[in-house]
Amino acid sequence: MTGALSNEPLWYQLLIAVIKASVLMGALLGVTGWLVLAERKIIAWLQGRPGPNRAGPMGLFQPVADVLKLLTKEESIPPFVNKILFIAAPAIITITAMVSYAIIPWGPNPVWGAISNLNLGVLLFLALSSLGVYSIVLAGWSSNSKYAVLGGLRATAQMISYELSLSMALLAAVMMAGTLNFQLIVEAQRPFWFILLQPLGFFIFFVSAIAESRRTPFDLPEAENELVAGFHTEYSAMKFALFFLGEYMGVILLSGIMATVYLGGYQGPILPGPVWMILKIAVLFFVFVWIRATYPRFRYDHLMQIGWKWLIPLAVLNLIITAVLCLTFPNLVPNAIH
Amino acid sequence: MKFSRNVAKPLWESKDNEHLKGGFSGYHGVAEVRTIAADKLVDELQALKTDAERPFPVLFDLTAIDESQMVNRPDKATHRFTAQYTVWNPSKDDRILIKVPVDDETLKLPTVEGVYKNANWYEREVYDMFGISFEGHPYLRRILMPEWWEGFPLRKDHANRATEMAPLVVTPNMLEDFEGYENFNASGDSVMRRVSDTGEELMVINLGPNHPGTHGVLRVVLTLNGEYMEKVLPVIGYHHRGAEKMAERQTFHTYIPYCDRVDYLGGTNNEMPYVMACEKLAGVEVPARAQMARVLLAELYRICNHLVWLGTLGHDVGAMTPVFYTFREREHLFKISEMITGGRMHPNFLRIGGMSMDLPPGWREPLKFFLKDFDKALTEYDQLLIQNPIFKSRTKQVGVMSEEECLEWGVTGPNLRGSGSKLDLRKTNPYSGYEQFEFDIPSDTGGDCWSRAMVRHAEMEQSARIIRQCIDLMPEGDYISRDNRYAFPPKKAETMMDIETLINHFLAVGWGLDLPAGESLGMVEGPKGVIGYHVVSDGRTSPYRLRVRAPSFAHMQTLPALSEGHLLSDLLANIAAMDFVLADIDR
Repeated sequence: MTGALSNEPLWYQLLIAVIKASVLMGALLGVTGWLVLAERKIIAWLQGRPGPNRAGPMGLFQPVADVLKLLTKEESIPPFVNKILFIAAPAIITITAMVSYAIIPWGPNPVWGAISNLNLGVLLFLALSSLGVYSIVLAGWSSNSKYAVLGGLRATAQMISYELSLSMALLAAVMMAGTLNFQLIVEAQRPFWFILLQPLGFFIFFVSAIAESRRTPFDLPEAENELVAGFHTEYSAMKFALFFLGEYMGVILLSGIMATVYLGGYQGPILPGPVWMILKIAVLFFVFVWIRATYPRFRYDHLMQIGWKWLIPLAVLNLIITAVLCLTFPNLVPNAIH
Repeated sequence: MKFSRNVAKPLWESKDNEHLKGGFSGYHGVAEVRTIAADKLVDELQALKTDAERPFPVLFDLTAIDESQMVNRPDKATHRFTAQYTVWNPSKDDRILIKVPVDDETLKLPTVEGVYKNANWYEREVYDMFGISFEGHPYLRRILMPEWWEGFPLRKDHANRATEMAPLVVTPNMLEDFEGYENFNASGDSVMRRVSDTGEELMVINLGPNHPGTHGVLRVVLTLNGEYMEKVLPVIGYHHRGAEKMAERQTFHTYIPYCDRVDYLGGTNNEMPYVMACEKLAGVEVPARAQMARVLLAELYRICNHLVWLGTLGHDVGAMTPVFYTFREREHLFKISEMITGGRMHPNFLRIGGMSMDLPPGWREPLKFFLKDFDKALTEYDQLLIQNPIFKSRTKQVGVMSEEECLEWGVTGPNLRGSGSKLDLRKTNPYSGYEQFEFDIPSDTGGDCWSRAMVRHAEMEQSARIIRQCIDLMPEGDYISRDNRYAFPPKKAETMMDIETLINHFLAVGWGLDLPAGESLGMVEGPKGVIGYHVVSDGRTSPYRLRVRAPSFAHMQTLPALSEGHLLSDLLANIAAMDFVLADIDR
């Protein structure tokens, strides 16, 4: 907790934090189920079929049915796994994804705008997304199964490589705004959104974000046609569902970060901030789903080539261009912090 | 159509009617039959393969026949097993059937794997089914039956059905066959090594038989160095149902539905070579309408097959949507097929001498309706999948095979034409009236998975073109031959009019068609490659031996050659682009 509340008593700070966290987490956990439904419905629409439509009107209760099924299903832990890591892995991905939400600003209010209006927000986000890699690695490793190991290895290489370009793309935006605080980055976009100043950065971030969240065309770690289910081959029931929860939360989180850093965050006319945020996230989420329905999957060596030979050099180039721009036109971003 | 009182001149009144009196009618569908002694086999085959004037670059088929129960053996010999090698020159469609007597004592033949590479699996199959061993074969072990199977199924003394055998009990010993791959090799080395040449530890991974990427119960044992495959060993036989053995219990007529189940995506394309072989044996003329209707259905099912293939190829390289689009079109076609034949995947529509019934009234309209939008759908597939840069990166330069290699491995059909060849039986040796149609043979010179995709995509367009011509050109007339002795009997109401049809109907239904003794090879250009049905009749009501030469079997054999040294993902692209169904491999 920083800034605005630092003079208040500790219990008050904690109370506010708990209220904000409960609201956001409750909303997130509730919404994720329906996001899965939304994804299935959108893909069904793109593929010319009805999609889930049995549970409730238009299949609206499908998430409830799914969750009930996953909760009541027998939880099987294969005898050959490393039990502690096997159980820890799905928890890690969910926890890191959830904690990252603390830093996303939903409005301009310094107290109520974000759970934690952190000055090092960008760093925390990068640190947590690096931690998320552990979940996949450990899941693959502890499963003690060949497909899982292959999936885990693929995931490790992929996520580490793409995290570099992701952070560098983000860094360029940070340079423009002059701050690591997400709320201040949004404020820096008052005259125009960073997507206009950072089109290349946005592209790099978007591609890396898809790779970070392991979705088509970068879904190699769980390529079902090659690796059955990749790193989560041995998982079942709720532990399996936690991976999905983590993945979807990751997608929303990355959409949220993109909306915050490049699309002006909560800014927008007439409607209140959180609504704009949700709209922007929804659009980005739709693009994620659209890409998933359209593209085939990359091959492992191509994926690495794209990461190291294209995205990272491009990100460096973008960084240099941004640095030159910032130095030549100091008032390019009027609200930037210098 | 009325059969009564209008029967064409009976066949037995024609001049060459010797075979109708129980004699041997000869060999059909091959240009020549030669008998070669086992010790000269390798040299003779080598000479045939490289002959300057009349080369035979392809070993089309290799099988054997147990002649112990044959009545009136044409060769009057006494040896029990005869191996049959069918060599083929695809550009002229010149075929020679080579018969090699097998010594009863040793049951040994020299391997011809050094002459034709694809003999490898065929010899294993003969070993598996007949117990004939091949000297010098690098990996002679059962291929279709499980390792612990007792007896050799295609021998005449092997039980036909499970009920004729003692109950099968699986003991733990039987299940240890995976370990067998570690240790079994002619030279004593392990086939699936765990350490590479450079000393790196290899991962042995068992892809299948239950795996989402293998299109069925295919098992591929791999050794991986990182993600690179050092060794690829396809293990087949999980889908073996004994289609060839079953034929020996069925009458010629009742075997037709089993053909549908061999390549279950090919529909009438499988019935066609079988009925064509039977018709050649019986000397039945197929009426023009039936011939063209067969072409219509064959092309319709070719499109169906390629649609499934395109969708699954997309799915195997990670694109989840194309399969839904292609199945949408396929559903249209199935509805049309249902209207014409009454069946969707398994039409069971062709009969010896024609078809089971006439085309229904109004059959043209649904086809026209389908064809109207089909070009648009093809463009959609092209833009969505085939021209997609990621798809190109996954399939270009993957699984490259040159034309010569393809012929060496017995690869036919679109896979061969993807390597620059223009060979297509429909052009080189038109059957069933294909010469009346205008169509092109698409081919592509890349030889990789992408070229195979291009060829099949273009083939759908050509098939649609042929169907359009069928709609315009379809002649009126009989849908089945009036030669009632061999053709499928007409409706009962129409047989009660005169004694001739009555007798034939009675015999054909109650007894079965007893086709003349002889051998006949029917070959068609199926959707996956050249399908051959080799029918051996000894004058009784069932085939004495029926050999199904399936294209998928030949293609699957090339998987190690296509994949070794490449990435694991390429294996899946190769499997998908190859276009096979397990039922066609294992039969």
